[in-house]
Amino acid sequence: MDDLLSDFLTETNESLAELDVALVTLERTPDDAETLGFIFRLVHTIKGTCGFLGLPRLERVAHAGENVLGKLRDRSLAVTPDIVSQVLAALDRIKAIVTGLSETGSEPVGDDAALIGTLNATASGEAPASAAPPPPPPSPPTATETPKAVVTPPPVLEPAAIISVPVEALPDPVAVAEPSPAAVPAQAPANASPSGATAGAPNGAPNRAPSGAPGGTPGGAPSGASSGGSAGAQTIRVTVDVLEDLMTLVSELVLTRNQLLQLARTHEDNAFTVPLQRLSHITSDLQEGVMKTRMQPIGNAWNKLPRLVRDLSHDMGKKIELTMLGAETELDRQVLELIKDPLTHMIRNSGDHGLETPAERRAAGKPEVGTITLNAFHEGGYIILEIADDGRGLAVDRIRAKVLSQGLATEAELVGMTDGQIQRFIFRAGFSTAEKVSAVSGRGVGMDVVRTNIEKIGGTIELKSTPGQGTTFTVKIPLTLAIVSALIVEAGKERFAIPQLSVVELVRARRNFDAATGDGAGNSVIERINDTPVLRLRNRLLPLVSLTELLALGTDDRAENAVHVVVAQVGQQMMGIIVNRVFDTEEIVVKPVAPILRHVTMFSGNTILGDGSVIMILDPNGIARASGVGAGSESKLVRTSLAEAQTSADKTAMLLFRAGESQRMAVPLGLVARLEDIPRDMIELSCGAPVTQYRGKLMPLIAIDGGIDQQKPTQPLLVFAEGERTMGLMVDEIIDVVEDSLDIELAGARPGLLGTGVIGGQATDVLDTGYWLMQAWEDWFRGVPRQRTSAGQMHILLVDDSEFFRQLTVPMLGAAGFRVTAVASAVEALRLREAGTMFDAVVSDIEMPEIDGVQFARIVRASGPWVRLPMIAMTAHADMESARIGREAGFTDYVAKFEREALVASLRTMLAQTAHA
Amino acid sequence: MATDILERPEAATSHEDNQVLVTLTVGEQLCGVPVLAVRDILGEQVITRIPLAPPEIAGSLNLRGRIVTAIDLRRRLRLPPAAPDQPRMSVVAEQGGELYALLVDQVSEVLSLNVSMFERNPPTLERSWADFSTGVFRLDGRLLVVLDVSRLLALAGEG
Repeated sequence: MDDLLSDFLTETNESLAELDVALVTLERTPDDAETLGFIFRLVHTIKGTCGFLGLPRLERVAHAGENVLGKLRDRSLAVTPDIVSQVLAALDRIKAIVTGLSETGSEPVGDDAALIGTLNATASGEAPASAAPPPPPPSPPTATETPKAVVTPPPVLEPAAIISVPVEALPDPVAVAEPSPAAVPAQAPANASPSGATAGAPNGAPNRAPSGAPGGTPGGAPSGASSGGSAGAQTIRVTVDVLEDLMTLVSELVLTRNQLLQLARTHEDNAFTVPLQRLSHITSDLQEGVMKTRMQPIGNAWNKLPRLVRDLSHDMGKKIELTMLGAETELDRQVLELIKDPLTHMIRNSGDHGLETPAERRAAGKPEVGTITLNAFHEGGYIILEIADDGRGLAVDRIRAKVLSQGLATEAELVGMTDGQIQRFIFRAGFSTAEKVSAVSGRGVGMDVVRTNIEKIGGTIELKSTPGQGTTFTVKIPLTLAIVSALIVEAGKERFAIPQLSVVELVRARRNFDAATGDGAGNSVIERINDTPVLRLRNRLLPLVSLTELLALGTDDRAENAVHVVVAQVGQQMMGIIVNRVFDTEEIVVKPVAPILRHVTMFSGNTILGDGSVIMILDPNGIARASGVGAGSESKLVRTSLAEAQTSADKTAMLLFRAGESQRMAVPLGLVARLEDIPRDMIELSCGAPVTQYRGKLMPLIAIDGGIDQQKPTQPLLVFAEGERTMGLMVDEIIDVVEDSLDIELAGARPGLLGTGVIGGQATDVLDTGYWLMQAWEDWFRGVPRQRTSAGQMHILLVDDSEFFRQLTVPMLGAAGFRVTAVASAVEALRLREAGTMFDAVVSDIEMPEIDGVQFARIVRASGPWVRLPMIAMTAHADMESARIGREAGFTDYVAKFEREALVASLRTMLAQTAHA
Repeated sequence: MATDILERPEAATSHEDNQVLVTLTVGEQLCGVPVLAVRDILGEQVITRIPLAPPEIAGSLNLRGRIVTAIDLRRRLRLPPAAPDQPRMSVVAEQGGELYALLVDQVSEVLSLNVSMFERNPPTLERSWADFSTGVFRLDGRLLVVLDVSRLLALAGEG
């Protein structure tokens, strides 16, 4: 590829990135003559250059786009979203061609006739867009503003190979090339002129530096200014390789300096001391300077986002506003590259799942337009990045259900967790199993991948979510990966470095409490639970990991009584690392470990210390994973739960208990809110029916066998809760929680029982929860009766292969005022369609044998009388990826199983919509 | 076709009929490494142990600011470990941009050997040696095993 072409590609890529942003700006402020002029010039430049380089296909597309832009600029067309979409489509095509061009060196083959046709039609005013109202009067010329008013596009997305460096950041010899400062401001008023008369060749390459350091750019990189920056900020282009080399050299210099300083410390009073100090200062300055060249504003990682959000809001029918704060915050370009994808994913998530539809927002009393706020700022050597939306927040209940169904935690564990802890499950691998499957096919990543990527660069991610108010993700990342501050520790006679970022504090501790001397009074003592060391730290138990044991260092250092505990934070978990000695902290240059050691996940790299010795850098995340602290234990769990998921997708966690005549009864754990054991004397009578005071309210109690066993001092209860209401089911004894498939083999002969199935290898009666709920509150399933004015007798088709679930759902929907027909498979459902039965809505399970829910939806949507029916998917896996797949297949909504309220609400909304339509 | 008849290995068919080797001893065995594969010869070095690494990896050392992974050739060739106080030398080789130091007992002279003295490995040679050796030179009174550096360093692939 010749130099001319590669220059063109570099420049065009930059222009395209700017264009995306500028067009979205234009859509919002259609009268902005400056932005329009800026866009026109960029497209014009691309067109002009391709003609020159002989790229006919590119030229034709650019030309067609330019025509439309020209009409917009001279105001014979008004800016409408349609037109902007068309221009964006043209840009996408240009991007595709440019990509092909950079890969092969020649234009890829393709037919742009349709696209060009549309654009030309628009340009000639044939498209509906021409019906738009006459354009508003042109805004007053902006030339009167300060020269700074020249369009300042957001920071440029650099192609990976080239980086723009402000000239001031480079050492003096290059700065000789500094141009006369008048050059740029002089151009500004011309640019701002609305006439566009000067928009031709001179401005074609915006602010091309008149004197961009001729010959001064290594690696044959083109010299030129980065487009349109603020006045005077001259830049030259340097290949990234040069900067990388420079960085490596500086790193070596830092190490050598450290070594020299160490030597000098042992020989005081020698002639080297003073020059060495100077050398040290210069080295520090140089290091800082070189670091600066690698720094780029974080806005560079953001400039694709406005377009993303725009497309998202169009596709999803939502109104989204993206606010970006602190775009000028700088960080290392290597880090920048690495956070781009996670960032994009989080923004997409916020727009897709976080924010509600305008209707929902109105209903919730919020402004129709949802806001996603991106905020970046520096804080103590780190960049803090906040991604906030004012949407619906994370549904703790859904996450809890999902965690249970995925086997990531047990019911008992979940009970002890705060909402914050439960929300963090979205970062767990395996939480989004379905997503992972499609990630292979290249469709985005799950939050666990986001977390992994952020942790890979030594960062952390936290989240805060308030239901109804939104979710905020806070990402903390180091400014640079190259040089970090680390704590040097010793364990098993070896030294290790622990990055300061994860170190919270140091605690001195003793292995054994020495009763004889009363020693250790001031120090904490390491206690052991079945050989697992823990430490009491400010009234909390801190799990401890012995580095010597973990790394199999072999030497038995238990003889040494006094140890240090490095308290480290991994995610939200705290963990203590037992080490023998702690040295000082040192600035270290992280070097990757040799490829043959990559599988040892405990190390994030290695480095050379001031004394010249090689030392391994510990990775707290790896240690946590290896020792099973917090995020760590998931790896084991995930593997087992994945294996289980493959063998039986339909396993349900069941609570086993004993009550009445049945020896063994079961109820899906997901339906039970809490388990309680209340003292017998807490049971009172109200109108002859037993009640108890529960959390400040009276809760009706129902006994399964009608009587109460007065012998025992306490009464075990299964508490069912629904909004304000609770009900206690009195049982004799709670046996166990098991996971098994729910196959009811003998249909219920007795009211209150769905039937009998084999659970955990024994015949077990399965409770008909609905029956007992109705016993306590006759209108249990009419929780929101006043909302429903005329659901009438809407006819719902329920498709679910699980007998249990049909049994549960039919009466529930019936109670909510729907008429329900339940079938056990999609085949049966389709048979009903063939028979001409009509319904108002379809509720279907996803995981079913033969034809699954997704296929079923596709078949229904393909043709036939049910094409337009609202369809609701109901599944245990209500994550966003399967929801997306479901929606693509034709489902109108997605509801998690056992979420009665959500299902009824969804049905009502949907039926109300169809009624109005 | 002449090569077939003579059974000359590729490594030996250089312009001259000589192969230049750095000779070294591991255990009692005299070995050779092609001189072009050698970046450095080091004397006794301070080596940092790497916990949890494969046993063949002795640790890492600092070679003029670069971190070099040291591989214990005795372990690699399944020989008994060296006596703890025995000084060891290293032959530094580069592979894939990374530096590796092969720990050996002794490095001696550089020999230029005529390929007529070269022979393929005897088929009965133990696997642990045959895997890493390209062949044998018949010297006066001793045999010199030619080691294949890239195969010695292919630890990662073996997991």
